[in-house]
Amino acid sequence: MKQLCPTHHRKTPSPTLLALAATTALLAAAPAQADTGKLLLTGGVSSVEGSAGGGLSPWAVIGSQAAEGETGVSAYLSRAVTQDYGLSAAGVAVGINDRVELSFGHQDFNTRATGTALGLPGLHLRQNILGAKVRVAGDAMLDSDSLMPQLAVGIQAKRLQSSGLDGTLAALGAKRDGVDVYLSATKLFLAQGILVNGTLRATKANQNGLLGFGATLGGADNGYQLMPELSVAWLLSKNVAVGFEYRAMPNKLQRAGAAAGLGNGLRADDWMDLFVAWAPSKNLSLTAAYVNLGRIVPATTSGKKQTGVYLSAQVAF
Amino acid sequence: MKTFITSATLTLLAMASGHAIAQSMAMAAKPPAAPAVTPASAYPMAPAAGLYQAFGEQAGIRALMDDFVVRLKADARIGEQFKDTQLDHLAQQLTDQVCQLAGGPCVYKGPDMKEAHANMDVKRSHFNALVEVLQQSMDARGIPFTRQNQLLALLAPMHRDVVNTR
Repeated sequence: MKQLCPTHHRKTPSPTLLALAATTALLAAAPAQADTGKLLLTGGVSSVEGSAGGGLSPWAVIGSQAAEGETGVSAYLSRAVTQDYGLSAAGVAVGINDRVELSFGHQDFNTRATGTALGLPGLHLRQNILGAKVRVAGDAMLDSDSLMPQLAVGIQAKRLQSSGLDGTLAALGAKRDGVDVYLSATKLFLAQGILVNGTLRATKANQNGLLGFGATLGGADNGYQLMPELSVAWLLSKNVAVGFEYRAMPNKLQRAGAAAGLGNGLRADDWMDLFVAWAPSKNLSLTAAYVNLGRIVPATTSGKKQTGVYLSAQVAF
Repeated sequence: MKTFITSATLTLLAMASGHAIAQSMAMAAKPPAAPAVTPASAYPMAPAAGLYQAFGEQAGIRALMDDFVVRLKADARIGEQFKDTQLDHLAQQLTDQVCQLAGGPCVYKGPDMKEAHANMDVKRSHFNALVEVLQQSMDARGIPFTRQNQLLALLAPMHRDVVNTR
């Protein structure tokens, strides 16, 4: 089961630098920069995959501060630390005409003791995510006289970079490329100051893609599954929102893991968080959350539910 | 938990399709309790209880609007649109309109929102800017956040008539 591969030492620019460089380039190129833009917090924050929304889920809102007729850009840096793992994420998103959103996200997952247990000390699982989202109907914020939410469809094309884990994933029948497709419905109930988002995501991603996509070993179900996601945010003031998110996760690796002799060692659970978001200005938002990512490779982590802190900063123009 | 999340998500999506059905049904049978369509708002909704009082009734609303129109004219983003506006007249119109919407005894007799903005190029970003300025005025008057949102909820649907430039 253990695959020993020579460790790679490629010199690639850090995702942070890439994100900042991309932001600068886009700002220079954008024809009609968002100088008036959106109301505070109504562009959402950046999700861990790079799409605008909550921290875990893409919402129907289009990212950046660009309102209709404008182009805007946002960039983010996020970090989550649980008992056994660390996740860093960074990326950029472009919002066009409050209609189309294009995003790029990079994730770097430090496997720590799990990597060591697999004979791959220092293993980082890295993933790139290209996102596209289109608002197809509705207005999340201002149609307060109607129950109609804002609707958007989106796609996330994900690629897990080659690592020492390649062989293991191949043995389980998990691919390193995958595409998630989703439909989101977002509504701000303005009089009540509550925002609700529901997302239905068709996905094969194991742990959001960090453990590959799908699984075939042991007759595991390798098809797309429809996963529901829910975010609820209470606006406490113009600048502060608190809320929670719940993101259902497929559990395709459990069966494959059992077939490989690991029992329930590759079981996955749903993700959730409790968050507070603060926007000191229109251009900056900071999010802190308590996250519960459930079991991630319980075989090497004593079946612990991975809980911890998530911090994220987003700049948006 | 997953079942709950799925039902909640599907409910939200169903609201969207249900909205279309509800709209066609409403065309056939208008609910008796709905406030009448007036120039004050073509998208009438019942105001939250106590909203008119929370804003200090007519005097309080007038003070708010006096402050609001001054800020509008001074705003870097949309001030230009108000350079020829008679601020006193605008403040009076806004007072009547907001007073009526908030459940007060006023009657707004001015033009409807489409007419009132027909000669201006109003983009969505201008509308957003105006909302922000109104929030600033309400903050300055110490209006609680919840009440601010209750008023904004009555005004927000006007974007459909006010925003005329895409």
